[in-house]
Amino acid sequence: MLLAVDGLSMRFGGLLAVDDVSFGVAAGRITAVIGPNGAGKTTLFNCITGFYRPSAGSLRFAPPELGPGQERRLERMAGFRIAQAGIARTFQNIRLFAGMTALENLVVAQHVALSRAGGFGVLALLGTPGFARAERAAVERARGWLERVELVGSADLPAGALSYGDQRRLEIARAMCTGPRLLCLDEPAAGLNPRESEALRSLLAEIRAEGCAILLIEHDMGVVMRVSDHVVVLDHGRRIAAGSPAAVRADPAVIAAYLGVEA
Amino acid sequence: MGPQAPAESRGRASGLASLKRVAITALIAFGIFGAIVGLRVEPGRLVARPLMVAVLVGVVVGARLMRWPRVRLPSLTRVLAPGLLVMAVGLPLFAGRYLVDTGTLVLIYVMLGWGLNIVVGLAGLLDLGYVAFYAVGAYATAILSTQFGWSFWACLPVSGLLAAAAGAALGAPVLRLRGDYLAIVTLAFGEIIRIVITNWVSLTGGPNGISGIPRPTLFGLRLNGGGAGSVAHLLGVAPRPMLRVVFLYYLILALALITNAVALRLRRLPVGRAWEALREDEVACRALGMNVTLIKLSAFATSAMFGGFAGSFFAVRAAFVSPESFVFIESATVLAIVVLGGLGSQLGVALAAVVMIGGGEGLRETLLDVSSEAGSAGWLGSLAGDVGQYRMLVFGLLMVGVMVLRPRGLVSGRRATVTLGAAPAVVDGGLVAEGRG
Repeated sequence: MLLAVDGLSMRFGGLLAVDDVSFGVAAGRITAVIGPNGAGKTTLFNCITGFYRPSAGSLRFAPPELGPGQERRLERMAGFRIAQAGIARTFQNIRLFAGMTALENLVVAQHVALSRAGGFGVLALLGTPGFARAERAAVERARGWLERVELVGSADLPAGALSYGDQRRLEIARAMCTGPRLLCLDEPAAGLNPRESEALRSLLAEIRAEGCAILLIEHDMGVVMRVSDHVVVLDHGRRIAAGSPAAVRADPAVIAAYLGVEA
Repeated sequence: MGPQAPAESRGRASGLASLKRVAITALIAFGIFGAIVGLRVEPGRLVARPLMVAVLVGVVVGARLMRWPRVRLPSLTRVLAPGLLVMAVGLPLFAGRYLVDTGTLVLIYVMLGWGLNIVVGLAGLLDLGYVAFYAVGAYATAILSTQFGWSFWACLPVSGLLAAAAGAALGAPVLRLRGDYLAIVTLAFGEIIRIVITNWVSLTGGPNGISGIPRPTLFGLRLNGGGAGSVAHLLGVAPRPMLRVVFLYYLILALALITNAVALRLRRLPVGRAWEALREDEVACRALGMNVTLIKLSAFATSAMFGGFAGSFFAVRAAFVSPESFVFIESATVLAIVVLGGLGSQLGVALAAVVMIGGGEGLRETLLDVSSEAGSAGWLGSLAGDVGQYRMLVFGLLMVGVMVLRPRGLVSGRRATVTLGAAPAVVDGGLVAEGRG
């Protein structure tokens, strides 16, 4: 398991938003978290990516570069260190740097590596060849991602001026520029037209094929059922089902949660 | 590359076109005012009044630039920035002592504005206590030079470093705060520094300040007085105060230009991009693994360092420092310059400093000149005498006017730090965030 979520709970005062949830995210697989509105999906995401500190439970992250048997306990790490450890995310409401160009967004995403190459400002200020090389490599990587999400023609346009669908894709590209092991996407298909959602599906498949695991929150069942390897269903903060897309679709508890049951 | 090329040539054409439109406006204004007020018939002769015409044409062109957004300021900046620089370098060659002194004052504020622009304009952190770092730099120089006999050139870097340390010390505890709360705490910090200076009499001399700060030297040569070891002696000219005034002017010009160069360079480095990203969206920064605390701290410290350099210069220029020079209105003035100029714009800040600091002086002088040109020392002359009293009123009106007509400041576009295409990419000011914390 790349990420093992074990007994995770998140309490806001009297509200138990996530209640004793356990599941695993396999390396190189797409895992989807679905559930009705208010089921606790985004709260779960915020716990995993370090925006909330969970009230109870553990989050064990074991990327291959750590070596066998080694793991990092995400629930004890500062938020920005989780991203540095190899978990990137996008947001339900797009959070691009609107006043910066598409290219700048992707270069900023490589800040941690670039800043290290720049000797935390010293080598960068002096403009050493090593830093100049790192900077060129960062721009090339950004260009590569812009090509993949078909935004290379908009590279020098402000991110805030791009269309909604383009912004969604740019945000995924920005997350990928951090070089993650696990990509967390919060409703990436929301507001996309059928053609854009088809393009998203093939982009996710490509990212998966390159060995990056994906954790996905999604309402668009067409996307979920077609791309996911594993589906976890939440309702009222609890895990009510987990399994392959076909098994989850046939699960009576899931149908009840989505459609309601007759008394 | 394909789709960008036509867009660029279009931008250039409209830039030229807007220059042309402004030139036509100026020509028409000149024609009208030149004919009506440019010449005055006195018994037996014609008197030309070029200054009056220049002022009126200037007002019309200024209004034209403000009023119609179709005139693109970014295209004008290409002409404006080198023009300003040439004027700044050449000023002491033709101007008198009064004007050079005023220029020095303006340049201090330009430098402070450029320094504050790092934290407010780039990182989007509202700092209402910038004068504190200016004070730390000034007092560091004053104390080190009078009590320990350090020269200005030794004091200058130390003052900057001490101010940067003060910036980091302020930054560390308040970084969790955002927006209004941060502004209030920085304001309080500015006051604390001033009150400490006022009350720590044994070190700072309290309200009496510190006087007798040694003047700066040029490679060990004195600028004032004559005799061996003075610049006047080396040049073989009679010693005169103008020599020192001009030297101080070029010193602050060099310091300001260094500030500008460093700020522009930092903007293109990872740390500068991180500052701007922080202004745009702090949450997204965190999700990308950026240490937001450290980035804020570096912005505070860098900005404070330049404030410290400026303070050091201030101390040796006046040869005297006292707490009265570091009151809140100074912070407010520098912040007003940054906001008026356009957050993050270096040229805008320079223009705003010239208008706000030089404007008051210039207005007074111009009114005096015009009134004497008009041949009657009547109401214009007395108005000139009153300008000092109405200074803040005029600034208030000016700021309201600029904010209504150009809500993002005089120069509001943001230039991208890296591009794929050959053309410089300019982001419209409306898309750029102002920062919330």
